Amino acid sequence: MGGLVVLVISHKNPLETYREIFNGSGLNWFGSFCSSSGTATSIPCTATSNLQQTLIQFTVLVLTGLAVAFAFRCGMFNIGGQGQYIAGTVAAIWLGTSLSGLPAPIHVLLCIAAATLAGALWAGIAGFLKATVGAHEVITTIMLNYIAIWGATYLINGGPLQDPNGGAAPISRQIDPGAQLPVIWDQDLNGGIHLPQGLHMGVFIALGALVLYWAVINRTTLGYSVRAVGFNPEAARYGGISVSRNYFLAMAISGAFAGLAGSMDILGWVHRLDTTYTSATGYSQIAFIGIAVALLGRNTAVGVFLAAMLFAALKTGTSTRNLDPNVFRPELANNLTQLIQGLIVLFVGADVLILYLWTKGKKLRLPTGRGSRI
Amino acid sequence: MGVFALWIVLPPVVVRSIAAPLLIGGVGVALGAWAIRDGARRAGWGAVASGLIGMIGGVFITRASADNLTAVVTWSTLVSLTLTFTTPLLFASLGGMFSERSGVVNIGLEGMMLMGAFFGAWGADKTNGWVGGLAIGILAGALLALVHAYFSIHLRTDQIISGTAVNFLAFGITGYIFNDIWGGSGGISSGGVPPLPGVPTFSLGFLDSIPPQALGTFLHDSLADISLLTLVAFALVPITYVVMFRTALGLRIRSCGEHPRAADTVGIDVYAVRYGSVVTSGALAAAGGAFLSIGYVNSFSEQMTAGRGYIALAALIFGNWRPVGVLGATLMFGFASALSPQLENVDAWAKYGQLFQALPYLLTLIAVAGVIGRSTPPAAVGRPYKKQ
Repeated sequence: MGGLVVLVISHKNPLETYREIFNGSGLNWFGSFCSSSGTATSIPCTATSNLQQTLIQFTVLVLTGLAVAFAFRCGMFNIGGQGQYIAGTVAAIWLGTSLSGLPAPIHVLLCIAAATLAGALWAGIAGFLKATVGAHEVITTIMLNYIAIWGATYLINGGPLQDPNGGAAPISRQIDPGAQLPVIWDQDLNGGIHLPQGLHMGVFIALGALVLYWAVINRTTLGYSVRAVGFNPEAARYGGISVSRNYFLAMAISGAFAGLAGSMDILGWVHRLDTTYTSATGYSQIAFIGIAVALLGRNTAVGVFLAAMLFAALKTGTSTRNLDPNVFRPELANNLTQLIQGLIVLFVGADVLILYLWTKGKKLRLPTGRGSRI
Repeated sequence: MGVFALWIVLPPVVVRSIAAPLLIGGVGVALGAWAIRDGARRAGWGAVASGLIGMIGGVFITRASADNLTAVVTWSTLVSLTLTFTTPLLFASLGGMFSERSGVVNIGLEGMMLMGAFFGAWGADKTNGWVGGLAIGILAGALLALVHAYFSIHLRTDQIISGTAVNFLAFGITGYIFNDIWGGSGGISSGGVPPLPGVPTFSLGFLDSIPPQALGTFLHDSLADISLLTLVAFALVPITYVVMFRTALGLRIRSCGEHPRAADTVGIDVYAVRYGSVVTSGALAAAGGAFLSIGYVNSFSEQMTAGRGYIALAALIFGNWRPVGVLGATLMFGFASALSPQLENVDAWAKYGQLFQALPYLLTLIAVAGVIGRSTPPAAVGRPYKKQ
């Protein structure tokens, strides 16, 4: 709705725009309706290819969404997904480029494990600080974000991870082919061209992570104590649950998901690290979209699945390649998406009261409580 | 003592022997330990920490080559840079103080700063003068704060979520309009932003003639060309102190933040006070943001606030929600920001330039972790208030 308002204000035709976004996202694949919005590029935009791109984004968004959701369940707001994601990418790149000759499955697993661990450690710092001195996780994670951004930028720009053959460009080396995630659904365009890249195996990892999240939260003791702390830390402490330990663990696991997301992008899609991932703007907002995903999905596995799909479609649909510039200028689309995100977060955050106002008398299930304060 | 130990090894007083800082710092540590044993824990630990820093820093610096040292530590440059970087932080942090003292957490300072930065630039462009730009920027920040206030106060949304959402909104709105008006066509670029009329700076030439000569030159180099907004920011510190702690309005604000129920029973309109405080915080943060764009670089780039709103929030916490504390905290962060480009002047370290950019953030992290003392927030901050 908000997007509609913005579009009308800026004199663009909103219906056309949304149609283009929908086409661009590839969801029309199910309706076998192929758009011809290919622009001057030599790569035709077919619905299949768009769907693959959407699913690639979906993979990452599920994971970053789960990261934020897990922390929320413990009553903490993990805005540090970006830094944890970057930590994961750095670890994946480092192991992916420095080891070679390992049999493929082992190399991939090693990189994934390293990335997950890196993300967990990065978030663990914030969790540890919260558990010991009570430092508010919002600020610590945001600071860690920026430290990660500059640290990673340094590493690929004058630092050890920079590609020695790449001149002065801030790009890392390509990772070893043995470390790349296999592509499972590809398409052959014009004889042998496999661009843009098809969907990689990461999507299964993402789906697996969803199941894992559900299982841990709802079927394990750890999940139980995390949820208890999230609902009411004092009551949990009274019941014998160690609140600080849960703060730390929840943040660490949250970071693990985000680090895993980083490895997915590196191992499955991009195969190297450059400044689009380490800058403070642009693509690197992926983890912030994860926040919106978690909020929209109400921190449940099913919700995150749906919300991630929505945002992935939005992202692909508004990407530069897919939008016909006559209808909507692509560089604006990015910002429009951010606007929409902000509005979604705002309205979802307020939904309890709005729902109450609209459905007086109906019994409501309250969201997880937040007992923290700055 | 620790600070003294550090200071004497830096130019202009360059003491090159290692013994000096170690000795002086050691005295500081000893005094600190003695104070702890006596029971003054906070001051004691602070002394120990600064003593250690003084010793370690002193040793490290005496090892560095003299040339490097001079390249980095040009005091006048450091001072003027510090003042420049402190100004936006000071505005935002003082604004945040109003909001938090009334009980509303304002994570959205970053977004409000950005709105001020962008609309300040846009306004200056449209009205061909900095006054219009500043006014429009402040208005934009206040409007965004109104959104945050409405969601936090009336709809009782979690204030952290509301603040974060408001930040997203600001990113989106400013980026969108920026690209719409000034964006390059057919590609994602920031386009060429024409130079904007900037906030006037004052050239305090008379400082040169203050005796002794060395002091005069130092003052001149560091304080000349000081921006109007910087002066305003520093003037705001005593003003906010007076307002917050010496007027009835300040008392009302503080009572809403400490015990809104009690304030309500006395007849204070908690909602109105909170609304006013949040909007004020938005306006002040926007002023800080406007300084960034039309007061300093005279242009705008996407997300140019780069986390300064968050740093301001951390400064608020570190400064214990008091104006003087905030001044000290923002000066510290401003100094760290100023140090980063200076450290890049050292040839051997030029490669590490990117890392130095992380210095202010690292410092904030350490500060928030509470290495030096804990702080007490207003009692009811972060909790929505329901009138009954």
